[in-house]
Amino acid sequence: MIVDLPSTTTSAVNKKLVRLREAGGVLALGRVLTLVIITDDGAAIEAAIEAANEASREHPCRVIVVARGHHEAAPRMDAQIRVGGDAGASDVIVLRGYGPLAVESASASMVMPLLLPDAPVVAWWPGEAPLVPSQDAVGQLAQRRITDALSAKNPLEAFEQRRTHHIAGDTDLVWTRLTSWRALLATALDAPPHEEVTAATVVGEEISPSTDLLAGWLAVRLGVTIERATAKTCHGLVSVRLERRSGPVELIRPDGKTGRLRQPGQPDRLVALARREVRDCLTEELRRLDPDEIYEAALGGVGQIVRADTPVAGPSLARS
Amino acid sequence: MSGATGDPQWTNPLRDASDKRLPRIAGPCGLVIFGVTGDLSRKKLMPAIYDLANRGLLPPGFALTGFARRDWADQDFSQVVYDAVKQYARTPFRQNVWDRLAEGFRFVSGSFDDDDSFDRLEQTVRDLDRVRGTGGNHAFYLSIPPSAFPVVCKQLARSGLSAQDGDQWRRVVIEKPFGHDLKSARELNAIVNDVFPEDSVFRIDHYLGKETVQNVLAMRFANQLFEPIWNAHYIDQVQITMAEDIGLGGRAGYYDGIGAARDVIQNHLLQLLAFTAMEEPTSFSSNELRGEKIKVLNATKLVGPLDETTACGQYTGGWQGGELVRGLTEEEGFDPNSRTETYAAITCEIETRRWAGVPFYLRSGKRLGRRVTEIAVIFKRAPHLPFDATMTEELGQNAFVIRVQPDEGITMRFGSKVPGSQMEVRDVTMDFGYGTSFTEASPEAYERLILDVLLGEPSLFPVDEEVERSWEILDPVIERWASREDGPDRYPAGSWGPDSANAMLARTDRTWRRP
Repeated sequence: MIVDLPSTTTSAVNKKLVRLREAGGVLALGRVLTLVIITDDGAAIEAAIEAANEASREHPCRVIVVARGHHEAAPRMDAQIRVGGDAGASDVIVLRGYGPLAVESASASMVMPLLLPDAPVVAWWPGEAPLVPSQDAVGQLAQRRITDALSAKNPLEAFEQRRTHHIAGDTDLVWTRLTSWRALLATALDAPPHEEVTAATVVGEEISPSTDLLAGWLAVRLGVTIERATAKTCHGLVSVRLERRSGPVELIRPDGKTGRLRQPGQPDRLVALARREVRDCLTEELRRLDPDEIYEAALGGVGQIVRADTPVAGPSLARS
Repeated sequence: MSGATGDPQWTNPLRDASDKRLPRIAGPCGLVIFGVTGDLSRKKLMPAIYDLANRGLLPPGFALTGFARRDWADQDFSQVVYDAVKQYARTPFRQNVWDRLAEGFRFVSGSFDDDDSFDRLEQTVRDLDRVRGTGGNHAFYLSIPPSAFPVVCKQLARSGLSAQDGDQWRRVVIEKPFGHDLKSARELNAIVNDVFPEDSVFRIDHYLGKETVQNVLAMRFANQLFEPIWNAHYIDQVQITMAEDIGLGGRAGYYDGIGAARDVIQNHLLQLLAFTAMEEPTSFSSNELRGEKIKVLNATKLVGPLDETTACGQYTGGWQGGELVRGLTEEEGFDPNSRTETYAAITCEIETRRWAGVPFYLRSGKRLGRRVTEIAVIFKRAPHLPFDATMTEELGQNAFVIRVQPDEGITMRFGSKVPGSQMEVRDVTMDFGYGTSFTEASPEAYERLILDVLLGEPSLFPVDEEVERSWEILDPVIERWASREDGPDRYPAGSWGPDSANAMLARTDRTWRRP
């Protein structure tokens, strides 16, 4: 069910929520957090809400979408409440601020009265994020701040900002997208021979913060030289090669969908490794709300990687 | 960590205890399913394997081999798995994931007593090691009738499939029933242990893979709220119920002669009892959990005299929920004089300081009011009520109910004031659901259990001691019922059991909860 409340106040929204709850006969709500999504008004909202609804199946929550409208309009706040089937396992409140209510500090004032009592708050910027999320008015309300450098207009610059201004509680989807790669690499090293990794090479597209970040993670964990090379014809993160005495462990994904794990003395093994969708990444991010120290360390490790000057040709799955 | 030996001093530099995001993916391995054409395979095992692959938890190069008497080629088997996955999988279908998984499907046509088929299976498994990189690690899932266990185990030993070789593991997965009494359970364990050491044996009680059941531990031990009152000072009784509304048409081969007590109470309900009643473990390592469960099962005894504290029933035909159904003796394949019970209820007590005097009522039945499994902890009435009798006439006893299925979650019942100008108190029930009605988010029990088999994680699998102890508790009841002259009491399909079950509780002034 969708209820529109044009030109309203948060007090009215709260009253409406209580009345909807009574009318709907839903007396007990198992909510674990409030997710605040900050975005510009427009098409991006629906995609973000859909991802949040999917994530709410695992983490029932209240979702508050703060949509910034036109700055040069008369001050006004429109609200829309979605409950039941239109909202996954959550209740969704979309707040549109116009004029002076479209700026950052006003967003926080709109959100504050609607936060679930005594529950953690997570802030998510699906598109452009502020320079320092932890100093943003809404970011300060949140225990966890999720950004996505890849959705910024200039991903590399956004990634640099994350590195420079990182504070405990920040996280970025470029890190979440790496989880499957990291799990596969860690599992590959679990099995014997238990040898040290002496060097590693990470290859990816020229503009790929995830590739840089994976290299940074390896640099910190392995303490050896990590080379970051560019692949001309491929997209995103393409391959990782860990050098060991008995032979390298490689995970390569030239087509963006299928990974090939290569180890000495073993046949090549294929695994589905497509780029993870935002909804899966968001679900993973909401699972743990404590600061991610490994991510912080990996961000620091990016400064230690060695960038190769010449781009390499993308590897092919066919060649062995 | 994941079954890998080698230098014990070596730690994986890519793993860190604080890297909590990193999922545990199984090491290189393969799974062989015997009885792959059965219902369980189609509805649970194959979809679970797909869902695990979709969640990125299966190793690259994972292989699934089916063994059955059909005359299929690998592609035919692949089609069977495809149909099962399309129909029953929990997560969305992704072609990419399917293609990678399907590359590892193999099928061996054969029968259990045929040496040659097992030799071919051994050859297939060795090929998989060479071509798919399964690393010599293989699990054998025995989804077969218990009568076939001895011959299959013998064949696995003879063909060398069960041989553990250094780092390479071979595990066996078996489903209930684990025997039909203590003696047969011990024999079965002996047959299996002859071929596989106990730490390579994984007995599936799929209830232990359910989120709600694992949540009993979280609820009890992660909160300050419940543990202080979780004892005989405050609790009056515990009722553990597993009810189904379906009948047994078409399942005579399995059920006739077995009955509700052996089918459900021996495994699921006694495991639920153990979780509800166990003492707090000092950690969640499998040894600790297991130790506490065995400790509480050792202290569990039947309350007698059995004629007064147990009830057994058999459903009769009639109208149930808008449908005309047959009685058990009229069902296809059942002996018209069958004395198999379809309803079983027993009373247990746990002889510890925590639980002394609290009856644990365990009941299970087919063709009951609705499908529900729950653990109901019912508290004593408050010792003194400042309200006068008329204000609290409607007040019952507080209850804390763990709903295991269908609607996973917790229910609390407590007294609350009725709105109005008088002070009148009545019971109010509050239901909390996990993920509300969308249990799609919580993994299916079989996903969790199959992954744990491949990881070698034994916590969620009952050991031989638990199985034997459960039979020890149940055997006297089954013997007593078998010696009854009239057989089980009759109850109409769709009701909540025979009158003898109500009488059983009425003797101590209690009533069954209607779930």
